Amino acid sequence: MSELVLTVLRLSFLVLIWLLVLSCLRTLRSDIYGTRVGARAGSRRRLGRPSDAPLDDGGTSPAPQRSGPVTLVVLAGPLAGTTLNLHSSAVLIGRAPSCTLVLDDDYASGRHARIFPHDGRWFVEDLGSTNGSWLGDHRVGEPEPMDPGLQLKIGQTVIELRK
Amino acid sequence: MATIQALTPSRSRWRELALLVPAVGVGVYAYLQVGLATGGAPPSDLLMFAGLLAGVGLLVHLVLRWRAPYADQVMLPIVIALNGIGLAMIARVHLGLQGRTRSWDVDPSRQMMWVVVGTVAALVVLIALRDHRTLRRYTWTALIAGVGLLLLPMLPGIGRTINGSRLWVGVGPFTLQPAELAKICFAVFFAGYLVTHRDTLTLAGRKVLGISLPRPRDLGPILLAWAVSVGVLLSQRELGTSILLFGLFIAMLYVATERLSWVVIGGLLSLGGVALVAMNVGYVQARFDVWLHALDPEIYNRDPGGSGQIVSGLFGMANGGLFGTGWGEGYPWLTYSANADMIMPSIAEEIGLVGILAVLMLYVILVLRGLRTAIGIRDGFGKLLACGLAFTMALQCFVVVGGATRVIPLSGLTMPFLAAGGSSLLANWIILALLLRLSDGARRPGASVEATPVAVVSLPPREGVARA
Repeated sequence: MSELVLTVLRLSFLVLIWLLVLSCLRTLRSDIYGTRVGARAGSRRRLGRPSDAPLDDGGTSPAPQRSGPVTLVVLAGPLAGTTLNLHSSAVLIGRAPSCTLVLDDDYASGRHARIFPHDGRWFVEDLGSTNGSWLGDHRVGEPEPMDPGLQLKIGQTVIELRK
Repeated sequence: MATIQALTPSRSRWRELALLVPAVGVGVYAYLQVGLATGGAPPSDLLMFAGLLAGVGLLVHLVLRWRAPYADQVMLPIVIALNGIGLAMIARVHLGLQGRTRSWDVDPSRQMMWVVVGTVAALVVLIALRDHRTLRRYTWTALIAGVGLLLLPMLPGIGRTINGSRLWVGVGPFTLQPAELAKICFAVFFAGYLVTHRDTLTLAGRKVLGISLPRPRDLGPILLAWAVSVGVLLSQRELGTSILLFGLFIAMLYVATERLSWVVIGGLLSLGGVALVAMNVGYVQARFDVWLHALDPEIYNRDPGGSGQIVSGLFGMANGGLFGTGWGEGYPWLTYSANADMIMPSIAEEIGLVGILAVLMLYVILVLRGLRTAIGIRDGFGKLLACGLAFTMALQCFVVVGGATRVIPLSGLTMPFLAAGGSSLLANWIILALLLRLSDGARRPGASVEATPVAVVSLPPREGVARA
């Protein structure tokens, strides 16, 4: 085989293999998945004062409407700033890894509380936790309605529902 | 506070199919050049070679469309390309030997058969395993299976000793290296064990020099893993497997607990273990001499345990230079085990530094996608498993390439997907199938889990937060 043919073969293989590497990288570039986190400056302070938050039916008693998309917001505690979109299934809160909202909170129990929809409203139920769940200033026992704006305290964590 | 927006990948797999074209092309082109250089004509079985690679790629692609539509798009093409390059080099070394008998020579058709076996195993895993969380139920079964596989070569009758290492199991004409499969079992076990016990292991003990040390009684598992790996080293005279198993455990422990102290302890333990063994076991001691003084005439000429193999690999890489000699134009077969342990120097000789860096980049992308899967997946078990599987591949590449280039002592591990050897190929195809299954889980939009636990935005700890 002539020297020229050999050189062409040799270099063309290198070009081909690098083309493969580059096209893999191009695929990765156009194949981003997961969650995109965008910073929103100044919103953290507003979050701390829920009275500022625009609520559709803040003061009035909420009409028993169909539960639209609701957001669960952690206001205080180690996970402050976490939001969770609720759809139509129940949410388990606690320290166990199987919970929907896994609290990194030493005062919370493994399976602490459950928030679930019923007849278009959201209810909260304590699952026999050690330190209890507090809605406003009373301890939650039997399932009771948790309307948007009410603050639920679990250990050091304060949770609120937002429309 | 941050806004979180979920990006879901599309389930179209056309990108993977498009990438399969150059991936198959790389292997076929390499084999074509081997034929041209050694015989002056395209190899007679070039079409079969191309058909095998394309068939395997297409088959797995179609099964992925059927069973794991969201799985990662680049893993399969990369594996096909690596397999093609490996097969071309194995065929090239076989041709180069021209009938001279070498114990390590492998007929390319045999390796092709193993590619098919590996693919079938991968397809079985993809079809049978619908959800990776099923594996968590077999945590302790996996431990027993792993230890059993490690001990299998010690059984009289089926155990085989090759090159001084008792690593093989022979059934009829087939030999298998069960340790390759054991690492998958151990990855499953570590993932299942650590996901339940990480809280205990994360408990901080005293803080020394800025590193929080674990409590003495939590040291148990790590000491056990260390003992097992040293036991493997002593009983089977195999450095590579024990480094791989212990490294896998340390890496997964670190990922599970985020405690740097485990890495420090693990590093010290492995250094201590290697030093202890190197000092006392002649076989390992010889490996160290070869590593440190490879070019001394005295060590080079020593028989057995001389540095001929490693030095010959170094000469080969030097012969290749920047752009390589070209496929079929070098002398890779002069190196002992040029198609298995020393396949990287062989490839480096023929495609040069530029080419071997591309091959290493393919491994980097493969490992990267594995780790990305670990980040994306939602459950702790899947995270740890994906991380462990990707890490074994990375560690294996490091040990092999590091050994061949004299960064670390040479040990008998194989380059995933490239090297001759059926068990390694089989194990790595299973790992690929598991990673594809995991990535399908990671990228599948959370339709079944309506409220996905996303958005754990880490914020600086607040003042006055007391811990119980």
